[in-house]
This record gives sequence, C-alpha cells and structure tokens, in this order.
Amino acid sequence: MSVMTMVKAINNALDIKLNEDSSIVIYGEDVGVEGGVFRVTEGLQQKYGANRVFDSPLAESAIVGTALGMAVSGLRPIVELQFEGFTFPAFNQILSNVARMQNRSRGKFGVPMVIRFPYGGGVNALEHHSDSPEALFAHIPGLKVVIPSTPHDAKGMMIAAIESSDPIIFMEPKRIYRAIKQEVSEEKFTLPLGKAKVVKEGTDITVVAFGAMIRECQKAIAVAQEAGISVELIDLRSIYPIDRETIRNSVRKTGRMIVVAEAHESFSVGSELIAVANEEAFLYLEAPPRRVMGFDTIVPLAQGEKYYIISPDRIFYEIEKSVKF
Amino acid sequence: MIQNDLPAVFRDFNPLEDKMLQVIDNEGNVVNKKLMPALDDETIIDAYKQMLYERIADEMAVSYQRQGRMYTYTPNIGQEAIHIAAGMNIRKEDWLVPAFREMGTLLAKGGTMKEMFLFYLGNEHGGSFRNVRHVLPIAISIGTQFHHAVGIGYSVKYQKKDEVVFTFIGDGGTSEGDFSEGLNFAGVWQVPVIFTIQNNQYAISVPVKAQTNSVNLAVKSVAFGIPGIKVDGNDFFAMYLAYKTASEYARSGGGAMLIEAFTYRLGAHTTSDDPSKYRKKEEETMWGLTDPLIRLKRYMQSEGVWNIDEEKLIQEYKLQIDAQFVEAENNKSYPVDDVFGHMYTDMPDELKRQKMEYEQFLSWKENRR
Repeated sequence: MSVMTMVKAINNALDIKLNEDSSIVIYGEDVGVEGGVFRVTEGLQQKYGANRVFDSPLAESAIVGTALGMAVSGLRPIVELQFEGFTFPAFNQILSNVARMQNRSRGKFGVPMVIRFPYGGGVNALEHHSDSPEALFAHIPGLKVVIPSTPHDAKGMMIAAIESSDPIIFMEPKRIYRAIKQEVSEEKFTLPLGKAKVVKEGTDITVVAFGAMIRECQKAIAVAQEAGISVELIDLRSIYPIDRETIRNSVRKTGRMIVVAEAHESFSVGSELIAVANEEAFLYLEAPPRRVMGFDTIVPLAQGEKYYIISPDRIFYEIEKSVKF
Repeated sequence: MIQNDLPAVFRDFNPLEDKMLQVIDNEGNVVNKKLMPALDDETIIDAYKQMLYERIADEMAVSYQRQGRMYTYTPNIGQEAIHIAAGMNIRKEDWLVPAFREMGTLLAKGGTMKEMFLFYLGNEHGGSFRNVRHVLPIAISIGTQFHHAVGIGYSVKYQKKDEVVFTFIGDGGTSEGDFSEGLNFAGVWQVPVIFTIQNNQYAISVPVKAQTNSVNLAVKSVAFGIPGIKVDGNDFFAMYLAYKTASEYARSGGGAMLIEAFTYRLGAHTTSDDPSKYRKKEEETMWGLTDPLIRLKRYMQSEGVWNIDEEKLIQEYKLQIDAQFVEAENNKSYPVDDVFGHMYTDMPDELKRQKMEYEQFLSWKENRR
C-alpha cells in the first residue's frame, strides 16, 4: 500500500499496464517530455521510451482518429485530450467512427482504446476548462463513459478500461486530482466498469453523485446526519452503462432521490437517473426525484463560479426539502 | 492562384527557400536599408513606448498572479514587436480576431489594462472589450478563430467595406484542422484577412520540430494559394513592413496573406506552466539576446532617435497600471444576473425557473445564518 493522489493512482495504473502489455501506447499534447499538464503521465516516457509514450502535434481530431487506426491494427492506444473543452475537435472522430467501428464492421474491428481527459469546475480556470460534458459522450451509442471519485477507484477503473475491448471515455475530475489522498495498493487490481458503489448506507433519501461531487455530498450528509436525516450515498462511477440495479434497490428502500452533478441539468445524467427511478421505483417514491445540478448556462469565470458550482449548503437544502416534501 | 501584383517583399522572401525578412539585427544595426520603413522619429519613439508599456504591464500581471491576487495568466513577454507593429497598422474600423497572446494589439485597438485584469480576475465583462470596435473576445479553443476571421472577411467584401481583418494563431495551432481549413477558405474567397502565426517555438512543452515537418510555417500558405512570408518577429521594423504591405494588399483587393512571425516565448505558456520541465536556461538566455525592446532601443540610440528617460517612464507606467489593477481588483460586483442574463436575447422560461429556484436557495441560506 502507498498513499496516492488520483494523479499518482492513474499514473500507477498506466505504468502497470505499459509494463505488462507492449501493445499499449500513450500519446497526446504534452504527455511525453513534460508528463502532461497535470503530470498524469510523468516519468512514463523516460521509463518506456518515446515510441510508446509521446507528444503529438496539437490536433485532437488527429489524436483520436489515429488512435482508431492503431486500435484496429493491433495496438491499444491510450490518448489524453488536454481538457474537456478541447475534446470537441475530436468529436467527429469519436461519434462518427470510434463509437461505430465495431458495429459498422459487424465485429470485425474492435476499438480497444481509452480516451482520457480532465473535466469539471471549481478550479478558477479560464473558459473551456470548467465544463462537465459527460452527458454528451454518454448519449453516443458504442461508448462507455466512466468517472472515478477516489484514487483507489481511479486506479482499478483505469486498468479495467485499458483491458476493455471497447472504447472507453475516462473522465478525470481535475478538482480532486490532488485534493484527496488515500492508501492504494501498488499491486494490479481492477474494478468492474458499469457498477456503482454505495458509499454510505442510509434509509431516508438516496443521493446519487459522481466525480468531485462525492466529496461535496459527504460534507452535506454530515450536516444532514446532525439534523437526523439518514442519507444513502451512491457513487455512480459508470455514466454509461448506468447501474440500474443499485439505483433501484436504493430508491425502493428510501423512496427519495436527488442527483448531484456539475453539468447543466437539462438533458443530463440527472435526467437519465430520474427516468431510471421512475421506471424502477415509481410506486415507492415519496417525493419527486430532483436534479441538483448546474444551470443551463455557460460555467461562469472564477468570480461567478460560486453560483454555479454545487455547494454542500445547496445539497443539504435539497436533501431537507425532499425529506420534508 | 497568387496574383501577379504580389508586393515585391513577398516575392523576395519566398518561404519555400526559407528566407526570413529582417531589417535590423540583434545589435540594432540596419541589415537591409532598402526595406527600412519610412517612419519619423516620433512614430519610432511611440512604438518603443507602446512595446515598453506592454512589457511592464505583462510583468506586473505575472507578479499579481504570483501574489495570489489574480488567476491564471498568459504572458506576452518577448513578442511585443509583433503586437505593436500590428497595432500600429490596424485602424479603428479594422477587425481584430485574437488568439490569446496579443495583448499589445488589443491595447492598441483601445482595450485597457483594467479590462485585461478584470478578465484574468475571472469576470467576463473584462474580456468583452465592450467599447472597442471590431474586436472579438480571445479564443482559447485553439485555431477556431481562423474561420471567424474568414467569415468576417467575407462580410467585409460582400458589404464593400474598407476594412481589413487581423487574426492570430500560435505555432501549435497550425496543426489543428481549422488552420488549414480557414486558409483554404480564405484562398478560395480572396478575403481581406491577414493571418499571423506567432511562432514562439513552443506549444506549451512541445517544440515546433515536433509539431510539423515543414521547413517553416509560412510555407504552409503555398498549398492554399495565399502569399506567405516568414518575418523576424523580434524585429519591429520587419514586422511593421510586413503588416503595412499586407494591409495595403488586402485593402486594394488582393486578398489574404499569411505572416509567420518568428519569435520566442520568453515566459511560460501560462502562469500554471513551468518551462524548466522542457527547455534549458541556455536556450532562454540565447533568445534573450534577440529581445525586441533591446534591439529597437539599440537602433534608436545609434541613430540618435533615443530621447526617452526610460526609468522615469517605467515608474509612470507602473503607477498607471497598478491603479488600473486596483480598480479591477476592487470591482467585486458579480450579480447572479451575470450568470443567466447573457445566455439568450430572450430568456427561456426554463432558465427563469432555474434562476428563481436558485434565488430561493440563496434566501434560505441567508435566513439560516
């Protein structure tokens, strides 16, 4: 065991896989010499050489499109897109090709690749560096979309993602890249993709969240506990496919659900989870399930971000409102 | 096809032969007398002052960020000759479609340091340059601005306006599809757009040689049928000549031009970046010898044009700039309306609902205290 941040845990996962599988290559902007702007790939080029870990020209569409070429011809590429706001030049490749190649070729060509990028707000960043576009990717058939909330999960999920035969969108909550430290095994381990985790059991209300919002929910839940409210917290971990079973069991038990996420609320993961709650637990509901999410606005720059970012206060407010409904 | 009336300087400095336009050398000596733009002393002094102002403002911005009084900032140091030469050729009615490292040109166009500071303090009002005509907000998504510039060029041509579009990109941006697509459209449409590649040698950590196998960046113009030229970006006179020539060409209906300004990012990519991870001190020192301010100053001194009390001027600028920073820093006003109010010309009911519910939360929070 060793104390790791999420950055370190992902780096460790990449290191383990590079070491055991020579078909893996890692590339993207600044990932080689510099080790990535967040240092997630630090030291890997020195260790595995510049033909396995390297800087690419600045062109996201080409980064993803060439990775598809590699993936259908025997390699397992892991590509980094520098920020969520810079994934969109690659969107055409992702939507029109990466997600479709397996189906289009009737299974002749699999696309074993991982597209990883930091996302999310709360870091006082410039525009295009604070967004949460998970729903945009989750809406594309053929992709799996996962988001860890702890160093331990990040490592196990990253190794599982690399070993998956499907294209995986691996979104990394940059706000907690270094904010959470945790004992993580240095050995290889995987976590099943597609499974949510019950972080804390409770009986009055289900709170579903993921990524950096788990920590904010935990703060709110401590306040709720003092107010005598028993909250069950679910870390979704996999955006697509969604873990219906865990949501069903929890909402049937508590009868209440709120979804906490940073993304714009309309047409979001929150909307999807409410559909699941309705479909799976309609007759058990005691309050309308609600989204506690970002506004349908551009994420404001630093001075206005306090309004947009979901605070523990706001989560507690919504928990209490639902319980008192 | 490139037209026959191509200005001589674009013919003489053929990027295919990797020639670079230069008027003065690092010592400030004139190396190409024939090409020295006819500028009177006052204009040259003004150019130096503008470059100095940008330099001081930039250093102060980095320092405010280091003091924790401002968020992430993108330094301009070393690239002032490009910015001011463009600024002196761009007219009020001309368009500026920036990337994000052209501060001197934004200032020349009428932007203020107060606005710059407000933007880097995390307030969108700072980035809008509301009172400056024909300036788009800075473009952080790399290369996307090229298309906007070409579209504006089409508008200008369609409306038969006497306007020229100045747009910028970095060396890294030339790898994006938008770079090539934009130049291609500009070539087909023959629009009055001056494209500048600020080749400062690095896209964050990635050097130009890892970005392209081309002999230089100006040469990329050739495939699109646009005149291109590689210019010493740290030579104010060379940059001035390039912009003057390109604007006259664009104004007279010649069409688009591509200028590679060969320069060096003396600072970090942003204040979050640490260049020591990917380049050597000796390299920075070597490029420091080509500093555009030092070169222009040496020229002015040897030509007897220099009449500036630089220390006094720096103190004056520092006071002015600090006053603007403090004004921006003291502006704490960021109402909730600023989050919602600018999304649509007519706010949809759905957004009104979200705002109302949020305000209910705010008043709950207030009462709870």
